[in-house]
Amino acid sequence: MTTADTALSSIPALAKSKEPSSLYKDALRHLMQKQSAIVGMVILAILTAVAILAPLIAPFDPELQLIGKEDGIKKRSAPCVHMLGCSTELPQHVFGVDANFRDFFSRVVYGARLSLVVGFASVTIAIISGTILGSVAGFLGGWVDNVIMRLMDVLLAFPALILAIAIVTVMGPGLINALIAISIVTIPMYARVIRSSVLTVKEQDYVLAGQSVGVPQFRILYRDILPNAITPLIVQGTLGIGTAIVEVAALSFLGLGAQPPTPEWGLMVSSERNQIFTAPHLVLIPGICIALVVLGFNLLGDGLQDALNPRLNRR
Amino acid sequence: MGQYIARRAVLAIPVLIGILFVTFALARLIPGDPCRAVLGEKATDEICDAFFKRVGLDQPIPVQFGIYLRQIVVERDLGESFRYGRPVMDIVVERLPLTIELAFSAMLFATFLGIIFGVISAYWHNSSIDVATMVGANLGVSVPVFVLGLVLQYIFALLLRDTFLALPPSGRINPVIPNPPFYEVWGMQFEDGTSWATFLHFLSNFVFFNTLVTLNFKAFWDAVQHMILPAVAVGTIPLAIIARITRSSLLEVLSLDYIRTARAKGLAEIGVVFRHGLNNALLPVVTIVGLQLGYLLAGAILTETIFNLTGLGKTLFDAITSRDYIIVQGFTLIVAVSFVFINLLVDISYAFLDPRIRLS
Repeated sequence: MTTADTALSSIPALAKSKEPSSLYKDALRHLMQKQSAIVGMVILAILTAVAILAPLIAPFDPELQLIGKEDGIKKRSAPCVHMLGCSTELPQHVFGVDANFRDFFSRVVYGARLSLVVGFASVTIAIISGTILGSVAGFLGGWVDNVIMRLMDVLLAFPALILAIAIVTVMGPGLINALIAISIVTIPMYARVIRSSVLTVKEQDYVLAGQSVGVPQFRILYRDILPNAITPLIVQGTLGIGTAIVEVAALSFLGLGAQPPTPEWGLMVSSERNQIFTAPHLVLIPGICIALVVLGFNLLGDGLQDALNPRLNRR
Repeated sequence: MGQYIARRAVLAIPVLIGILFVTFALARLIPGDPCRAVLGEKATDEICDAFFKRVGLDQPIPVQFGIYLRQIVVERDLGESFRYGRPVMDIVVERLPLTIELAFSAMLFATFLGIIFGVISAYWHNSSIDVATMVGANLGVSVPVFVLGLVLQYIFALLLRDTFLALPPSGRINPVIPNPPFYEVWGMQFEDGTSWATFLHFLSNFVFFNTLVTLNFKAFWDAVQHMILPAVAVGTIPLAIIARITRSSLLEVLSLDYIRTARAKGLAEIGVVFRHGLNNALLPVVTIVGLQLGYLLAGAILTETIFNLTGLGKTLFDAITSRDYIIVQGFTLIVAVSFVFINLLVDISYAFLDPRIRLS
């Protein structure tokens, strides 16, 4: 060991200097310190596990009508768990039975699958389209920017659900169409986020340097600009999944999304809504599930927003 | 100031034209034959040709758009509903007041409580009250309107039905209670079919307004009771959002120097928080209130359906289920246009509240 090394390591701050940490490593650390974000992650982890393991968890096929297949089954019967003192003469149904003699627990479990898939899919479509539109608008500027962004303004002028209803009316009801409609109405949000990031990054020296040595425009956009504009998109996307799930559920509630007998939570609430006074569990359980999944994404999104913001004063 | 308003108004024009184009495209894109949708399956080709000629569908698309623009802007005609066999405008006059009343009641509830919760939360920052309020706000934002509406019905109309907290689960007003329109009570004379008559009908359909001006307090109280649950259902998400925005905005303002000065010169705490703090913290809240008002119109579709209120939202829902596209088109247009105007008003109120904006 040279004397210089010994001298350096004798200074405590230098000897124990930390590894340099990236933005994402830093963000993860801050995220794990935030209780609400952890609650959100736990909710989402449980729901994801339920969704993946649905065939193992659900005791019945979610669309199977049990009439004539099981003794003593009653339409819209209350939850019955033998371990909790429900008479063993009655068939066991943890969340009860719905109007078509289907095991409600199995339907709710499979519903988790649909909700998560719908949320992710619609946000993915919206993010991809929004990123293309927003980055092209921000990068090229001029009339291209004007045309694209005025179009986005028009889409934003409609309240999301109303525009989605209009789109589904044109395309015809169905879960896939509802999902596409919700993606379309949320595109402007992502396009705006990306555009403003691109506008900021575009003026950075390293981008100008790339341009001056003649790197093709689109290579600069996709290799230099977009990766640096992606952070706000992560936050928006996480919050957006929750919103997308609610809106698709709302479309299903209105009869424009999933069609019976699909085990979709919004549709389940809708088809039993007149039974709120006689069989409230059939409405409340899927309702609570929607609220939970949205809560999970909201908490995680809020946490990410704080964690990914380097300017925020962290205490 | 005038210049600022004018600039904002001009910016809204392309958006309005865009909206008209979208609603126009909507009607043209709907699958199926419009002729047979209106006249029935048995219409012959000759009858359909005559029909296309009459409504202008034989013209090229740009000309059709021109006709549509003229129809909406000049004649203020939204077309005729297949299902009701009445002009859409009539249905709007009849049913829009309820939706406006619902949106404003919900906004009143959301703004009033939201600001109170936000102030409490900011003032006792990081206390258990703050944590509880913010947990409540997170839950409030996450519960879908249609689930909350059903839960409220279950609690207030079923669980609490024999207590003083019981509230009616649906409807606008108890049909047993008489609620004659004010122009009848006052013995006003007018001719049917004139715009004056339309305006009077429109006004009398505001139940709160009508019962108050006719001094019909029994009916007014009944109407209030019917409005509470729907208003809470639609207003909860805006309430949670307003509480969060108020909290963060007030927290920022309360850390500024002039607040310390106000405290240092011995002002009462309440004056510091409300007069000096809140006054300056409300600007972002105004935007949110304005934006939420537009979303309330959308939330009304779900709420009116659940609470069986025949407003714009429920009519739209019924129109969707019965494929009455003219109503869907007309109502989409009305909601989008009001949304644009609300946003314009928000921008203008901004300039009034913050001199920095109108001067820049």
